[in-house]
Amino acid sequence: MSAVMITRKVRKWEKLPGKNTFCCDGRVMMARQKGVFYLTLFLIIGTCALFFAFECPYLAVHLSPTIPVFAALLFLFVMAMLLRTSFSDPGVLPRALPEEATFIEMEIEAANGNVPAGQRPPPRIRNVQINNQIVKLKYCYTCKIFRPPRASHCSICDNCVDRFDHHCPWVGNCVGKRNYRYFYLFTLSLSLLTIYIFTFDIVHVVMRSVNNGFLNTLKETPGTVLEVLVCFFTLWSVVGLTGFHTYLISLNQTTNEDIKGSWSGKNRVQNPYSHKNIIKNCCEVLCGPTYPSVLDRRGLMQEDLLVSAASTAPASSPSSSSSSSTNPVPQTTKTTAPLLPNEHTPDEAKPSIAVSPKEELPPAPKVPPLASPETDVETSIAKDKAH
Amino acid sequence: MDVCPQFHNLQELRHSASLANKVFIQRDYSEGTTCKFQTKFPSELESRIERTLFEDTVKTLNNYYAEAEKIGGQSYFEGCLACTTAYLIFLCMETRYEKVLKKIAKYIQEQNEKIYAPRGLLITDPIERGMRVIEISIYEDRGSSGSSSGSSSVSGSTAR
Repeated sequence: MSAVMITRKVRKWEKLPGKNTFCCDGRVMMARQKGVFYLTLFLIIGTCALFFAFECPYLAVHLSPTIPVFAALLFLFVMAMLLRTSFSDPGVLPRALPEEATFIEMEIEAANGNVPAGQRPPPRIRNVQINNQIVKLKYCYTCKIFRPPRASHCSICDNCVDRFDHHCPWVGNCVGKRNYRYFYLFTLSLSLLTIYIFTFDIVHVVMRSVNNGFLNTLKETPGTVLEVLVCFFTLWSVVGLTGFHTYLISLNQTTNEDIKGSWSGKNRVQNPYSHKNIIKNCCEVLCGPTYPSVLDRRGLMQEDLLVSAASTAPASSPSSSSSSSTNPVPQTTKTTAPLLPNEHTPDEAKPSIAVSPKEELPPAPKVPPLASPETDVETSIAKDKAH
Repeated sequence: MDVCPQFHNLQELRHSASLANKVFIQRDYSEGTTCKFQTKFPSELESRIERTLFEDTVKTLNNYYAEAEKIGGQSYFEGCLACTTAYLIFLCMETRYEKVLKKIAKYIQEQNEKIYAPRGLLITDPIERGMRVIEISIYEDRGSSGSSSGSSSVSGSTAR
């Protein structure tokens, strides 16, 4: 059966491995499970809507019109931070192309020397010295790279993420190097918004009760009861989370490192990334440079499709050099019909999850939404408690 | 010893050369997670380019990246200004890092044209490899090499 090679231009995000979903032609990047994110949106928008409907008219008249204005500004800031956290690339490290993967394999084999038959080869670890501490870099069997320091592989999104903090189902994305500060500002501003709404709910109920009595007030503004309930439960979790992340930032640690106990305990190394100065650590994390995304999501590339046809026209050579496309990827692995975005993994990844992959489970997204991507069961339970 | 293939420019490289090998310059993490590449001279390039030229290129790249990631007055100002606008200012303004990346792309293009292509080598911008490695492609003259690989894939640096 003869086939015809058709070349078409696609955006690079369509061919990215990993379990992300992309929207707006690659501008938006999120995890696959978005249900909890919609819940977050609903809770924030719903509670604020109730606040503006029930409390603000009364408070603007009886106290000050700046109250709703400030609430609106705070609400907009919270939404901006949430959307920025959820929609941006957390710092995903692209997988190694075949030549790079082979190069690394050759280096590993050279370093291991001759392994006697039947024996397991040693774990793939590279030691680097950072600020006079020895840090171990682990090899990622999925991405075929030695992970940079502080990077970790998220099994929910199936990507290695730089300065991996955790996978947050509430924002529907991983939190990593590029969006950590937005995540922190989101939790901080959400804490402030929750406290603000809670306070003014109480003030409003008190002021009205003085005139009308407590039960009548509740009947007049039923929304207040809902708001108070939501705010009360949110307060404990979000304020606690903000406090926890403030602590982490002051020590220049990630949630991942904290949970794994990388820098604590007797025989462990000290954190080599900390400046030993709280202000310096905060400045680096919150006011550091804005790192660019190394995933060129909206770049164009050529894709060759093998389309079986009745005609006997010979397939044209799958040349990938073209002056119009940016950085053509070697096309040898891409001669398949177009698949659903991100439903596939590159062909070279599948057969090679071989030698003692203690680090990652096989890609099975059966993790309940509130679990984190840690592969240890204990750490995922601890993560639930942290959230 | 074989005479190194002489290519006069990138066009000639593309048309008359075939890819023989690729060398990957790894990251140097000795100073932390800031972007820095090892200046160790790979053995595969020994016959192709002078050590000093290679080291100069890598050191200049390292300096560019250090400039982009510098935490100082300008980065604080940019960070605080952006925060007060809820980071909406990034929709219209280019960050300092992006400006430096453009300079890097230009520098790599220039180095390729002047130094590397005439020696049958080509540097790929690290941003296209996730800032993990500097990929240097080694080309052989198609006429002289015994086993030439089928396709010549040229990965040039591109402006983002």
